[in-house]
Amino acid sequence: MKKKIASIVLASAMALSLAACGAKDAANEVVEDTQAAVEEVAEEAAEAVTEAAEEVKEEVTEAVETVEEAEAMSYADYAAAELDTEVTVVTYVQAHQSWWEDKVTVYTQDADGAYFLYELACSEEDAAKLTEGTKIKVHGFKSEWSGEVEITDATFEFVEDGDTFVAEATDLTDKLGTDELINYQNQKAAFNGLTVVARESGNAVDYKYDNSGSHDENSDLYFDVQDANGNVYTFTVESYLCDNTTDVYATVEGLNVGDVIDCEGFVYWYEGVNPHITSVTVK
Amino acid sequence: MIGKFFKSFGKHLVLAFAAFSCLMLTGCHASSGNAGFQMPEEFDTSKDIEITFWAKNDTNKAQTTIYEESVTAFEEIYPNIKVNLRFYTDYGKIYNDVITNIATNTTPNVCITYPDHIATYLTGNNQVLCLSDLIDDPKYGLGGSEVNFDAPEKDEVVSKYLEECEIGGKLYALPYMRSSEALYVNKTYVEKLGYELPDDITWDFIWEVSEEAMKKDGDDNFVVNGQKVLIPFIYKSTDNMMIQLLKQNGYDYTTEAGDVLLFNDDTKGILEEIAVHAGTKSFSTFKISSYPGNFLNAGQCIFAIDSTAGATWMGPEAPLSDICSDDIISDIDVVVRRIPQVDPSNPLMISQGPSVCVFNKEDPQEVLASWLFTQFLLTNDVQIPYAETEGYVPVTLKAQNSAEYLDYLSRGGENNTTYYSIKIDATKMLLDNIENTFITPVFNGSASVRDAAGQLIENTSKSMRRKQTVDDAYFEKLYDDIISLYRLDQLGAAAGASSGQKPDLGPLPAGAKALIIALLSVWALILLYFCFTKIKGRRNNK
Repeated sequence: MKKKIASIVLASAMALSLAACGAKDAANEVVEDTQAAVEEVAEEAAEAVTEAAEEVKEEVTEAVETVEEAEAMSYADYAAAELDTEVTVVTYVQAHQSWWEDKVTVYTQDADGAYFLYELACSEEDAAKLTEGTKIKVHGFKSEWSGEVEITDATFEFVEDGDTFVAEATDLTDKLGTDELINYQNQKAAFNGLTVVARESGNAVDYKYDNSGSHDENSDLYFDVQDANGNVYTFTVESYLCDNTTDVYATVEGLNVGDVIDCEGFVYWYEGVNPHITSVTVK
Repeated sequence: MIGKFFKSFGKHLVLAFAAFSCLMLTGCHASSGNAGFQMPEEFDTSKDIEITFWAKNDTNKAQTTIYEESVTAFEEIYPNIKVNLRFYTDYGKIYNDVITNIATNTTPNVCITYPDHIATYLTGNNQVLCLSDLIDDPKYGLGGSEVNFDAPEKDEVVSKYLEECEIGGKLYALPYMRSSEALYVNKTYVEKLGYELPDDITWDFIWEVSEEAMKKDGDDNFVVNGQKVLIPFIYKSTDNMMIQLLKQNGYDYTTEAGDVLLFNDDTKGILEEIAVHAGTKSFSTFKISSYPGNFLNAGQCIFAIDSTAGATWMGPEAPLSDICSDDIISDIDVVVRRIPQVDPSNPLMISQGPSVCVFNKEDPQEVLASWLFTQFLLTNDVQIPYAETEGYVPVTLKAQNSAEYLDYLSRGGENNTTYYSIKIDATKMLLDNIENTFITPVFNGSASVRDAAGQLIENTSKSMRRKQTVDDAYFEKLYDDIISLYRLDQLGAAAGASSGQKPDLGPLPAGAKALIIALLSVWALILLYFCFTKIKGRRNNK
């Protein structure tokens, strides 16, 4: 009997050992499988990253080639071009809004006129190089949104010939309220001796166009000014251009009804002239 | 060796059991959605509690005032609760801020949101409070016995709207306001073009009239309005345009499990139709041209589709306007209709509008205070005045059927502010069509699919305006570009997880199968040995 028990125990032990080995093997197999899977995923991820990088590189290269190949047009030709047509211009950066998700909106100008580049395709690294006066060649489509003529879906390249241009602000105070003003659209301009008047809300400055009261720390600022002819215009501090850390933001937040001011900014358009103001001096 | 094996096996068994138990516990938490929150026996009115409410309003000052007054009224009822209000005008900004604050565990207590966004918040660890059980709590649930204000009971909330706040079968928000889209029509110009405006408008009718309106005179002015500018048909939200066209046609969009079915030949067919009219410039979009209301009020648009919650911007007498008064064409008759339909006998339109969710916190009293405030937003004192600011409808039957609200609806046209006729007409249209509204499946990534749906229309329209070739190859590339842009090929399992559907993880790996078989074999041998010794013992005892 003892022999039988011993043999059963032994057999069981062997079976258990085999099972244990099997389990260990299986465990090893799992580890190996896992390692293989991880390696596979890592490889696939690396391939995907490489492919994506190559795709981006190709797209950028194609875009740059397109920009390089396209012949730049004069401002007069640009102004005469139909909406929704392809345009290529050589122009100079005057200012830009904050970079966001590979896009940046840029105010540019040359000696003949100005171009507003809406959401220009641009890496963060390149955006940092878009300093005042920088010469660039831009290829995109001439578009219009609420009266603002702009270049959209555009790509660009730097023109590194040492040439720079910083526009002087043109005094357009006398052009306010005239049909001529639109000819200066997007240009750097000065408006002098304007009087701050109360907005519909009763405030000198609203954080939203309609003073809905909803604003965070960095909302756009809207204020109304009156010219010598009694016409009233809404001017804006576009927070993506001049945020709440800038002098102009602080100055405008502190404006009072009746203040007489000189301003500089870009002649932006939204259902009529709506300049993006970059500096204000209270007289 | 055996002893070592058993010792080792035993250790592993304990660990495995512990891990399994943890998983089971995690599963419980995941299913309840509220680990850690236990409804307190009583709300502690002696304890000062501060909560934060992130509110969203349109560009409408009356709405911010109502939020402020609501907070004041609530704080008077519960003097120990202070509600800090933060305003947003953009759902996207709230979404981004919530995501940022989930990472730092500094979410607000209560937040206006969309279910699409909640689906993403749910990927955070137990952040959003599950309301499924909470609303039924006899003391503090909707209209509960211990709620100190006249809150609606569960069956007084429009059930369809409540269902819209469910994700994976569980309630994660309460509806706050509901809207849909409306078709704002320049009836004067439709009739001038020789058409009678039907009550039920089809897409075919809109396309036909829009093309007819493109005729110009010898001076290059459009005949119908005598102006150089006319875009007969402008759509504000192309996301909604695509989603509703797909739904009305019975075409695929997404599934509850998070499968994206949008990129197919049916969608291409829709885009081809739109392309024709974008090419003639009889159709455009907000992103390409500007707000439909601006063009409509200037007599430069005949069919404008925008939210019912944008009704106060529509029509020459609209209380809100961005365009110069000199540019407004006053002698046009603007009327409200349902959005165009494929089959007017089976109308379908999207349901949209803000909902409100509660975020979980360590202190159950703070969570209860948040929940009470959330309920307060559904009282008539908040629902009715807020709904009246725009073409919203209240989400409770209690408000919808109240004498005060019915009186408001009956006074359309009395003035151009509170009783602005187009706003009230848009509201009535929606109230008449609540049963015809629908929503799309909600999952982590569904917001991206929405964006992609709209972008298909935007890109196609732009390409046609730019006289680019739009053919099969174009659509193939467009699909690839949009899928890549919105990373829709990366949704997969994450989408299923947050939608409550179990993602398919594929077959068990061979190694795992072998391990399981080995473990089962060992257990079988142990069992056999145990039985053997028992039987042997009995025999020996005999």
